[in-house]
Amino acid sequence: MSHAATHDGHDDHHGPAQLKDGLVPWVMRWIGTTNHKDLGTMYLIFAFTMFFIGGAMSLVIRAELFQPGMQLVSPEFFNSMTTMHALVMIFGGVMPGFVGLANWMVPMMIGAGDLALPRVNNWGFWILPFAFTMLLSTLFMDGGGPSGGWTMYPPLVLQTGDALPYVIFSIHLMGISSITGAINVVVTILNLRAPSMTLLKMPLFVWTWLITAYLLIAVMPVLAGAVTMLLTDRYFGTSFFTAAGGGDPVMFQHIFWFFGHPEVYILILPAFGIVSTIIPTFARKALFGYDSMVYATASIAFLSFIVWAHHMFTVGMPVAGELFFMFATMLIAVPTGVKVFNWIATMWRGSMTFETPMLFAVGFVFLFSLGGFSGLMLAIAPADFQYHDTYFVVAHFHYVLVPGAVFSIIAGVYYWIPKWTGVMYSEFWGKMHFWLSAIFINVTFFPQHFVGLAGMPRRIPDYNGQFADFNWISSVGAFAFFFAQFIFIFNMMRCMAKKGEPATQRVWEGAHGLEWTVPSPAPYHTFEVPPEQITIPEDELTAVHDEFDALDGHKLS
Amino acid sequence: MSVKTMLSIVSGLLAWAMSSAALAAWEVNMPVGVTEISREVFGLHMLIFWVCVAIGVVVFGVMFYSVFAHRKSRHPKPADFHESTLVEIIWTTLPFVILIAMAIPAAGTLIKMEDTRGTEMTVKITGYQWKWQYEYLEHDISFFSSLSADSNEARRLGSGIDPATVDNYLLDVDNRLVLPVDTKVRFLLTSNDVIHAWWIPDFAVKKDAVPGYINEMWTKVDVPGVYRGQCAELCGRDHGFMPIVVEVLSKEDFAAWVAEQTGGEVPAVVAAAPAEVATDAAPDAAAEEPAVTAPAEASMADLMAAGEKVYNTYCGACHQKNGEGMPPAFPALKGSPVATGDLATHIDIVINGKNAMTPFGASLSDEQIAAVITYERNAWGNDTGDVVQPAQIAAAP
Repeated sequence: MSHAATHDGHDDHHGPAQLKDGLVPWVMRWIGTTNHKDLGTMYLIFAFTMFFIGGAMSLVIRAELFQPGMQLVSPEFFNSMTTMHALVMIFGGVMPGFVGLANWMVPMMIGAGDLALPRVNNWGFWILPFAFTMLLSTLFMDGGGPSGGWTMYPPLVLQTGDALPYVIFSIHLMGISSITGAINVVVTILNLRAPSMTLLKMPLFVWTWLITAYLLIAVMPVLAGAVTMLLTDRYFGTSFFTAAGGGDPVMFQHIFWFFGHPEVYILILPAFGIVSTIIPTFARKALFGYDSMVYATASIAFLSFIVWAHHMFTVGMPVAGELFFMFATMLIAVPTGVKVFNWIATMWRGSMTFETPMLFAVGFVFLFSLGGFSGLMLAIAPADFQYHDTYFVVAHFHYVLVPGAVFSIIAGVYYWIPKWTGVMYSEFWGKMHFWLSAIFINVTFFPQHFVGLAGMPRRIPDYNGQFADFNWISSVGAFAFFFAQFIFIFNMMRCMAKKGEPATQRVWEGAHGLEWTVPSPAPYHTFEVPPEQITIPEDELTAVHDEFDALDGHKLS
Repeated sequence: MSVKTMLSIVSGLLAWAMSSAALAAWEVNMPVGVTEISREVFGLHMLIFWVCVAIGVVVFGVMFYSVFAHRKSRHPKPADFHESTLVEIIWTTLPFVILIAMAIPAAGTLIKMEDTRGTEMTVKITGYQWKWQYEYLEHDISFFSSLSADSNEARRLGSGIDPATVDNYLLDVDNRLVLPVDTKVRFLLTSNDVIHAWWIPDFAVKKDAVPGYINEMWTKVDVPGVYRGQCAELCGRDHGFMPIVVEVLSKEDFAAWVAEQTGGEVPAVVAAAPAEVATDAAPDAAAEEPAVTAPAEASMADLMAAGEKVYNTYCGACHQKNGEGMPPAFPALKGSPVATGDLATHIDIVINGKNAMTPFGASLSDEQIAAVITYERNAWGNDTGDVVQPAQIAAAP
C-alpha cells in the first residue's frame, strides 16, 4: 500500500463532528456528509419517520371504517388519506428504507470503502426531505391533498385542486433520488468489489439490490413521463389522456403499470436479499441453492416487465391480451416458489436459534407466502373480475408489503444494528415487538380477505352493515400494530444512545459476511484497502464460537 | 401500555361487538351467484384456493416441523448440504405443471366471459359522478339511478342517523335496472366524466366505464330477484355512494314493465296475469322516480313537489337539504344572490355548471331542471315567487 493511501486515512483521524464539538459543526456534518454510513443512517431515520406519518394516515382510514356511517372525516379527506398513505409508505418508507440498508451494507459486504459516487449519494438523500415536505404540504392547499388514488388515473386525477403540480413535482424529485441511488449501487457493485469477489460470490443482498437498481433505472423515468403528461394535460392543453381531445385514459394505466409492476418487485427483491442473509446465519448453514436464488431473482425481474396489465383486467382488453397477461402472471409463481423452497431447505436440518432478526425472517417467509397465495388467486383472470378493486386486493398487497417488505427492513435493522452502534438491542423487547407485530398484522389484514370476497370495494369511506364486523376487527388490529411499533423505536434509540450490552465483532455466531470482519461499532471508514478474504471460513467459525463460550459473551439460546 | 391493559381493551371491544352482532353477517366467501359464469368463476376461485391450501399445508408443514425439530437445542450440529440441482429442477417443474393445470379451465371461462355473441337485448350503461344512467337500446327507455334518499341522508358526516336503521344502507337506489330472467343481456359501458366500474358480485360481472370507450360485457341471470353491487373504481368524492341495484323479473313481468315505462299496451300474455304484475312490478323504478309529468304549463305546487325530490337527490349532497350548503366549498342557496337574483344566471349554472359544480344539462330532463330551479327559488324563505317552466329550460343556451 502506497504512502499516499495510508495518509488519506489520517485526514479523518479525529472522526466526524460530534454534538459535543458544537451544534453548527454537527449539523453541517450531517448536511454535508458523503459517508455511506452517515447517509445510510439518515435514510433509515427518514424512512421510519415516513412509516409513522403514513401509519398515522392509515389510522385515520381505519378509524373512519371502524363502524358504518360517516363519523370522523369527509369523503374527500378520506380519499386524500388513502392516496397519501400509499405515496408516503411506498416512496417515503419502503424505498428509502431499502436504500438506507444498501448504503450501510453494500460497501461493507463487498469490501468497498464507500459507494462509488459519494456526493451523488448526499444529493440523492437530501432531495427526499424537500420532496416529502412538498407532498405533505398539499394537504393544506386549496382543494385539499391529492385524492385520486396513488395510481393517479386520469381523468379523475385532473380534478385535483392546487395540489396537482406539487404532487407531480414531488414525484419527479423522488424519481431523481431513486435513480441517483440506483446508479450509485450499480456502479459500486460492478467496480468496487474486493478483487476475489466474483459476481457469483456476492452476498445475496448485494445481488438483489443490483437487480433492483436496474429495475429502478428502467422504470422511474417511465413514471416521470406519465406524470409529466398529466401535468401538460392539465395546464398546457395537451390531450394525452383526454378522450375528447383524441387521447386515451387507458394509455395512462398501461404506462403507469409498466412502471408500477416492476415497482412492486423494487419493493420486495431487497427483502428477499435480507431474508436470504438472515436465515443462513441463524440456521448456521449455508444458503441452499445460491445460484438458483440469483437466477430466480433475475427471472422475477424479467417477468415483472411483462405482466403489468394484470392490474387492469377489467379495463376492457382484448381476450388475447387478457390470456397473455394471465399466463405470464401465473409464471411468476415459479421463481417465487423456488425462493421460498430454498429458504426452507436452508432451515432444514440446520441448527436454528430464534433471535429477533430470525423471528422476523421466518415471519416474512410465512406471511409473505400467504400474500403470494392470494397473488396466485388474483392471477386467475376470471376470478380477478370478482376480486379486482375489492378489499381482497387490499389484503393481498398489504400481506406482501407489510409482513413482506416492512418486516424485512425491521429484520435487517435488528440484524445489523449491533454492527452499526456497537450495542446489542434488547432481545426481550425485540421478541415482544415481533409477536405483537405478527399477531396484529394478521388481525388487521386477514379479515380484509373476507370482506373483499363478500363484496366490499376498496377506497370507500363507508359501507353497508354486512361488512361491519370484520371491519372493526381490522381497525382494532391496525391501532394495536401501530402502537406496537413504538417498542421498535424505543429499542433502536436505546442502541443509538449506546445503552445496552456491547456487541462483539462477529455478533452472530453463524454470520459469514465481510461486514463481520470489521469492529463493532463499524469505524467511520472501513475497507479503505480491499480485503483479501471475502467470507469468514468455517474453521474460523469454530474459533469464534470458542471465544464466545470462553467470554460467556452474547448468549445464543 | 402493559399487555394486560391491552388485552382488557381488546376483550372490552369484543364484548361490545358481540352485543351489536344483530346485523352481523360473517360472510367469508364470494357469492356463488346466479349465472352460469358466476358459478364457473366461483368454481375456479375455490379450485385455486384449495390448490393454495394444499401447497401451503405441505410447505408450511415442512417449515414448522423444521422450526421445531431443527432448533439448536434439539439439533446442535447443522448439516452442511447447500445445493442439489435435482431438487431445484423438481420444485421448478412441479409448480409449472400445477399452473398449467389451472390455466386451462381459467382460459376456458375467460373466453366464455368475453363472448358476447347471441345477445337478446342491450342496455347501455353510462357512469356519472356519482350515479348511473341506463338506456335500453331496443325499448327506448332511459333513466338515471342514484343512491336512495334515506341512505343519502344517513351517510352525511354527523347525520345522527344510525345506518342500521336504513334498509340496505348504501346499497339501495331510487331507480333499479330491471332485466328479464333467462335472457342474454349485453351491456355497453361508458362514462361521462371519470372512470367508474360497474359490478354485481352475483353476476360475476365487473368492468370499467371509461370515458371515450365503449366496453362490452354480458350476463344471463337464472333466478329472478334483486341483486346489489357498487361502483368498484375510485371515481372521486362520492365513489362509495353510487350503488347498483338490478331487479331481475320473469319475462312476462319484464314485458309489462317495459310497457309501463313506454306508455304502450301491456302485451296480451301479461294482461292475463295481472295479479303477478301488480305485486312484482309495482315497487320498481317508475313508482319512485322523481320524474315530472310534463304538461305544457306546470303549476307551482307540482313544480315545488317534484323539485324537492330532484333537489334532495341531486343537489342536497353539496348544498344540503336545508339549503345552507357547506361554505366555502359548497355555497348556501338559502338567500343566495343566484337563487334570489337573475333567473338566467341561475338556469345557466344548473345547466352548464360552475367551478366544482357538475353541469346537469345532460343528465336531468328539462322538466326536472325547471322543477328544481322553481324549488330553489321558493324554498327556505327564498320566496321569489318565480315559476320556471320546462319550455324556459329548453330555450336556455
